[in-house]
Amino acid sequence: MIETPKPLIKVQHIKKSFKKRYNQDLLVLDDVNFDLKQNEIVALLGKSGSGKSTILRIIAGLIKPTTGQVLYNDQPIIKPVQGMSMVFQHFGLLPWLTVLQNVELGLEAQHVPRQERRDRALATIDMVGLDGFESAYPKELSGGMCQRVGFARALVVNSEILLMDEPFSALDVLTSENLRNDLMDLWQQQKTLLKSMLIVTHNIEEAALLADRLLIFSANPGYVRAEMHIDLPHPRQTQSPKFIEIVDNIYTLMTRPEKVQRTFHISQRLRTQSIGYRLPNVEVSMLSGFLETMHSPEYEQRIDLPDLAEALHLDVDNLFPVTGALEILQFAKVSQGDIELTKIGKQFIKADILAKKKIFAKQLISHVPLISHIYNTLQQRSGHRIGKDTIVRQLKNYLSEEASNEVFRIAIDWGRYAEVFAYDANTEMLSFEDP
Amino acid sequence: MTHNQFSNKILSNNRTINIWDIALLCLIFGAISIVVWNIAQVSAPYHVGDPIKISLSPYYLPGYAIRSTFRLLIGLCCSLLFTFIVGTLAAKNKAAERIIIPAIDIMQSVPPLGFLSLAVVSFVTLFPHSLLGPECASIFTVFTAQVWNITLSFYQSLRSIPHELCEASAIFQLSAWKRFWRLEVPLATPGLLWNIMLSMSASWFFVVASEAITVANQNIMLPGIGSYIALAIDSSNLHAIFYAIAAMFIVILIYDQLLFRPILTWAEKFKFSDSDDDIPNRSWLFKLLQRTKFFKYLLSNTRRFFTSLLNILFISSPPILPSKLTYALPQRFHRPIRTIGYCLLFASLLLFAWRLFLFLNHASHLSEIRHIFYLGLLTAARVISLIILSTIVWLPIGVWIGMRPKWVAWVQPSTQFLAAFPANLLFPLVTILISRYQLNQEIWTSPLMILGTQWYIFFNVIAGVRYLPKDLYQTTALFQVKRWLWWRRLLLPAIAPYLITGAMAASGGAWNASIIAESVSWGGTRLQVTGLGAYISEFAHRGDFTKLMIGLCVMCVYVLVINWLIWQPLYRWVARFAGQLR
Repeated sequence: MIETPKPLIKVQHIKKSFKKRYNQDLLVLDDVNFDLKQNEIVALLGKSGSGKSTILRIIAGLIKPTTGQVLYNDQPIIKPVQGMSMVFQHFGLLPWLTVLQNVELGLEAQHVPRQERRDRALATIDMVGLDGFESAYPKELSGGMCQRVGFARALVVNSEILLMDEPFSALDVLTSENLRNDLMDLWQQQKTLLKSMLIVTHNIEEAALLADRLLIFSANPGYVRAEMHIDLPHPRQTQSPKFIEIVDNIYTLMTRPEKVQRTFHISQRLRTQSIGYRLPNVEVSMLSGFLETMHSPEYEQRIDLPDLAEALHLDVDNLFPVTGALEILQFAKVSQGDIELTKIGKQFIKADILAKKKIFAKQLISHVPLISHIYNTLQQRSGHRIGKDTIVRQLKNYLSEEASNEVFRIAIDWGRYAEVFAYDANTEMLSFEDP
Repeated sequence: MTHNQFSNKILSNNRTINIWDIALLCLIFGAISIVVWNIAQVSAPYHVGDPIKISLSPYYLPGYAIRSTFRLLIGLCCSLLFTFIVGTLAAKNKAAERIIIPAIDIMQSVPPLGFLSLAVVSFVTLFPHSLLGPECASIFTVFTAQVWNITLSFYQSLRSIPHELCEASAIFQLSAWKRFWRLEVPLATPGLLWNIMLSMSASWFFVVASEAITVANQNIMLPGIGSYIALAIDSSNLHAIFYAIAAMFIVILIYDQLLFRPILTWAEKFKFSDSDDDIPNRSWLFKLLQRTKFFKYLLSNTRRFFTSLLNILFISSPPILPSKLTYALPQRFHRPIRTIGYCLLFASLLLFAWRLFLFLNHASHLSEIRHIFYLGLLTAARVISLIILSTIVWLPIGVWIGMRPKWVAWVQPSTQFLAAFPANLLFPLVTILISRYQLNQEIWTSPLMILGTQWYIFFNVIAGVRYLPKDLYQTTALFQVKRWLWWRRLLLPAIAPYLITGAMAASGGAWNASIIAESVSWGGTRLQVTGLGAYISEFAHRGDFTKLMIGLCVMCVYVLVINWLIWQPLYRWVARFAGQLR
């Protein structure tokens, strides 16, 4: 590794907001800054909805930032450029083209002559281990094979920078491990012209396996919350103590409460008090299942989150919403990568079905502003009824349309379980009584 | 495939009525009334040259059949061209979309046959002293019968391109031209073919109907199967009718086996997902061709030619068309341009509305219009009762077949084939029966309307049953839910959206067909029915364009209002159940 690498890509003060109809714009990315240096692999790790895919697309030139700029070799990027290519989560292959034609596509766009095009494509196909599949259509291939085509297509254009948007998350565990190892082989043996790779992922272990540098993204709005260098040599062993320690550290970083540094984040904190707080998308059964697992005798008072995540086969996208919801409802407390049951949480576990509902209802009304808002409104209204559209409209003051509908759905889900209120999907009305 | 296309179609029909629809309605009628006005001014007697001799000898039939087929194919090519241009524009430009999509919705409900007589007159004035005029009019009719459907399908495909594919084509810097042919057209192909297949019945129907028409008491007969039939009817030649039916049968068989099936089979590869439920299209010819050396050679050369066409430097190197046209202009011009655009639109709207008012005011009395609306009511009653009737007939049959995949595998292609058969060839047979047995023509001619379009209901019922999750059958079987309860709780709610979509299409087609079906004849006998279709065809014959125009407008209004007030609310209501099902 070169000691003082020169930045290839500079991401400078990127902000991105999406327009909303009435209220202020919805901020997705807030002042994102980082560099991508030569000979390094950087992983962007964050929960879903943290805008990490958006920043990747801004770097690729697919989306324009609201403010700020991305420099590639000191040139600002305003549209996709040569030298950078991308691998997609769901491969993004054209189903009507064969493997060979798919790989040739980027070369065709660059007007590479026919013969050269063919030669280069075939060489790349060999390189990624797809030899013999040149004339197959993507439909005939397994997911892992399809993603190999995706890699071949990205590499054949001699790109310097490879952007990867959760490239392994649509594959099963073994296939993704296999493909990851092959990618690292290509990278280490320098068979390609790649100078740097940027991978977006929500898989903590994957990030720890691949990255030389890790950027942890916070959600709503997204910004780089923490940075971490990983100096382990490749190939890394998941069972080695050093690696386990690194994974532990990442969990600690990710569960650490956000520092209230910037003014914006003060208002961000305040949002928890308002109805517009983005409720984590978790089912009640998931919550109680999680609590029961925590209570099982094999675990101590404080439980290591990585252990729990592994035991329950949960990744970042599933784990953190659950812990988030448990914290909101004050069933559990998370600190420094550990999680602990609260008193209420223990009561909840021991209760029978009806008592559980009562406890849940109490927690909902006292700690979830949206639910207490709905509850209070229902009590005040003479008919004790309120329409979905009213609530969603109020939510839209804080959230995007999509998010408003999702939050509403989650609130309904929780509220119905706790029997705080009833909801009729046909009339889209909330009320106190079920028929 | 079917599922996607149906739901696409459903989406398009599910627009709610808004002020734009009304505005566009005014705009389109106004424009038409201006055209008509001008034609009426210029409408000095036109000459079509010497009347073309049509022979009833069956030896001439193959030649006629070929000419009819060519008209159909040219119409199809025009539709595709129109689709590629207008559909793309609508999908890529917001302002254009706002006008094009509601306009297409309205145009879909305008009966193509009604426009035929207008089209003949305009094309004849355009190409005087040659057959080109009527030829163009005939092709134009075929075009109007299918183009809207096809354009909408293309537009919807473009709008629903998977996100990653868009991004991939941007990352690898495909030019707009290349993106169009490499990504957009292939993606839209299955939908396009499905809609072409659906419009085939209408297309053959209108080819046949448009070849022999009487406009302003002048007979125009283009050499083709339609004229042959018309002549056979005139001279009450039953043998000739059977010859024509046989010839048509063969033509459609050839068309289906030699052209459409191979293309469908070939297009399998453009399908995005490969669900097990779909019955793959098979074609013996395609298999044969695939295995033939010569064809392979031809295919690889075509592919090479296509690729090099895509790579022509001057078109493909810099993106000539920015993917979003509006961004071609600097931001600060957007608002003024939009304002000017709206002002122009509003001004022309006022102008057209004024012209329409003048036209109606000048042309007719209120009582006349009231009378036409009454006639429309009669036709509407016929259409609706026929839809109900054919639903009663085809629903059980469709369900029975849909639940038996083996049957579907051969029933589906053969009904597709039957659906393409132009029903108007069968009209004379029914006419003979009616006049022989002295049946009430007001009632017994009505089934003619639905003859060609009942298949939509049948198709959709089969599709609905096939996409019903298998475990639901098993659950209901397990709990011994049977007979009426089974229909009420499982089947009807599940297939209702499909059924409504089918009925919607069938009713549109029936309105169209009413123009012919309400005035059928055999030799000297002419069965005149009281109805809007009969009214329109009568004044088309006589060449009274103002009355024709008003009749057409009223029909249009009926179709649209029935869509807005009956079909769409019904669909929304019914889609609720199905939405919860999936």
